[in-house]
Amino acid sequence: MQIKILRSETGTHQLYTLPAGEIPLLNALTYIKETQDATLTFAAGCRASVCGTCAVRVNGREELACAYKVKPGDIIEPLQYHPVLRDLKVDKHKAKETLSKSTAWLHTSQEASLTHADEKLSETQTDCILCDSCYSACPVYAVNPDFLGPFALTRAYRYSSDKREGSVKNIIDNIQSNGVWDCTLCGECTAVCPKGIDPKMDITMLRGISVQEGYDDPSFATQSFGTPDFGGGGFGFDPNAGF
Amino acid sequence: MIDVLIIGSGGAGLTAALSAKEAGASVTIVGKTYPTNSQTSMAQGGMNAALGNVGDDHVSSHIADTIKSAHGLCDEDMVRQMCTDAPKTITWLESLGVPFSRLDNAKSGTQTIAQRQMGGASAKRACYAQDYTGLKILHTLYDTCLKEKIDFLDEHYLLNLITQEKTVKGATFLDIRTGEVKQINAKSVVMATGGYGSLYHGFTTNAYGSTGDGVAAVLRAGGAVSDMEFIQFHPTALKHSCILVSESARGEGGYLVNESGKRFVDELKPRDEVARAIFSQMQEGERVFLDVRHLGEEKLMELLPQEMELCKMHEHVDPVKDLIPIKPVAHYTMGGIEVDHALEVNAIKGCFAVGECSNAKVHGANRLGGNSLLEITAFGKFAGENAYKHTVSASSKPADDTQQQKDAADIETLLSQEANVNFYPYREMLGNLFYEKVGIVRENAQLQEALNEVTSMQVTQKEMGVADKSPTNNQNLIDFLEFQNALILAPTIISAAIARDESRGAHYKVGFESENETLKKHIVLQWKKEETCK
Repeated sequence: MQIKILRSETGTHQLYTLPAGEIPLLNALTYIKETQDATLTFAAGCRASVCGTCAVRVNGREELACAYKVKPGDIIEPLQYHPVLRDLKVDKHKAKETLSKSTAWLHTSQEASLTHADEKLSETQTDCILCDSCYSACPVYAVNPDFLGPFALTRAYRYSSDKREGSVKNIIDNIQSNGVWDCTLCGECTAVCPKGIDPKMDITMLRGISVQEGYDDPSFATQSFGTPDFGGGGFGFDPNAGF
Repeated sequence: MIDVLIIGSGGAGLTAALSAKEAGASVTIVGKTYPTNSQTSMAQGGMNAALGNVGDDHVSSHIADTIKSAHGLCDEDMVRQMCTDAPKTITWLESLGVPFSRLDNAKSGTQTIAQRQMGGASAKRACYAQDYTGLKILHTLYDTCLKEKIDFLDEHYLLNLITQEKTVKGATFLDIRTGEVKQINAKSVVMATGGYGSLYHGFTTNAYGSTGDGVAAVLRAGGAVSDMEFIQFHPTALKHSCILVSESARGEGGYLVNESGKRFVDELKPRDEVARAIFSQMQEGERVFLDVRHLGEEKLMELLPQEMELCKMHEHVDPVKDLIPIKPVAHYTMGGIEVDHALEVNAIKGCFAVGECSNAKVHGANRLGGNSLLEITAFGKFAGENAYKHTVSASSKPADDTQQQKDAADIETLLSQEANVNFYPYREMLGNLFYEKVGIVRENAQLQEALNEVTSMQVTQKEMGVADKSPTNNQNLIDFLEFQNALILAPTIISAAIARDESRGAHYKVGFESENETLKKHIVLQWKKEETCK
């Protein structure tokens, strides 16, 4: 079985041969490094889809290398919109900064009476492993590198919906600029998330909370001005807001 | 010069950083990957605290269970401190926003946290977040570190501690991205570098990075290690991939069965006993399975969603309908850096160690499930506070750059010299050797063979090196440095195992099948002065 891997030094895809049989991509990369080419560089950790280290793109789609089973002819490339450090290894600091900008943490802690239903509210969102797959798949980054992005917004939603949070507005204030309204709701993030998280829905929910907190969609208000067939697609949109 | 340098960015390091910063210290966390990539993310089942939310429980029962499982090798004062601190540590995690699983009991605060049964526990004591407990605690700690504006230096690989007159002055690191060897000066250092389970390469639930870098660095710096022979084998790893299936699968009612479908052990005994029972079935040629089919799909998806997915992906079995093939593999290293009651490293003042790298003597000969997440948080806080206290009277005169120069020269040599022997096959051989001869059931003759093989591997090591000569982003180089650490630790594990002519907890030796009262002590090892960096 042969696969191609994008090498950063040459900028070309290099062909590697693997033994036949089922093999997770991470094992294949390790096999190549150990036996064929020690210079092939990639990041790896737990082998069990929980440390978030090994995300790459396979045939243009984000996958965790430890969870993806190699097929003949696969083309392996690094994540998009991240500076490539070497081969499949990328710099994830930019994405990390978005967590700080989003202030995705508990601002003011208050005691709450939490139930099983409350646990379910953020169960999936808190499965996030920060693998950066959603950032790589997000087309907004092609036009706005400062976008806060899917995982930071999912995390902001997870804290803003936590009954222990006493200052929801603090979080909401920090996700307006380059945040919830910049998302195109295309759902690419949701499609590639290895943990089944739905950032698109979380961003939609954050828009709702933003409106409750007195914000409105800046771009939508401008674009819709004067259009006769306005149908009210925005979540909680008030057509008179801002006029 | 910073006040507190934290080495390792898993749960123990993040907690220590938060507490040192809260106490008033300037703090930097240095890690070889990104914080959320750490081994802590892999902890699944839960974190023990005698809250008594599900049935009666008391701190004294938690202490008693922990001491019993430690088989005489714990420090009862340390156990008492950890177990007593458990409820308030849970309260602290609750205040940070950890998304624990919940009960419907109309109460509030930590009283709503769900608790489950783990092996060796006399009550439902493990607080959990489905089977993602470590992941969710780790990420919440990380979010809190960002909130508190803790400084991080990611992708910096620990080379050596810098010491002067038996006092720590900082450490040297390889900046993995640039290839530069850096010196970081600090008044106190907290080692939170994780265990050495990856020595069992190919036979461990651990991430690739659990290579005992910090434990080896302490040995090189003149510190001591202890209880190195006590390696916990987790009874249920997936047979082909060694991926962990949480003990909570048995805690929730799962059975262990052999090929003929017979149960052969009380599944809720401590891990050492269950692992040995499985091993003896395998010795008789039986395949062993975990059977959770009777729990039903709804309960499995609710309590063990991660396991369900991993079984399907890596073992091609659906736990709802199929038996899960398992085997015991190396999971946790009880031994590590020898520390005192303040978690300060023996013979290196101002240097503290916490978490799996440390031997705080709370687990003894066998760790209870649910006590490691407790240790990293309860003692993480303690280590951070003590590291801060040390800074108050510590000298602020930085060390010179002798160690940095030496380490930079060593790295340069590695990158320039020819590598005649590929070390990767040896990494695999070492894993095989350890699983077979330094494994669940040990024999002196085999241990001696293992020691001889390791010694000959150390000789061959001089011919090994890195094939990749890139100064920047050189993972081949990091893999080799980690392997060198494995070869430093391997003889300490084997020689301690040879010296322990008895069976106690996770250390079981043929011909010496019972506990020997005269060996109810810790085996402490230290390099001779001329072998250390000094």
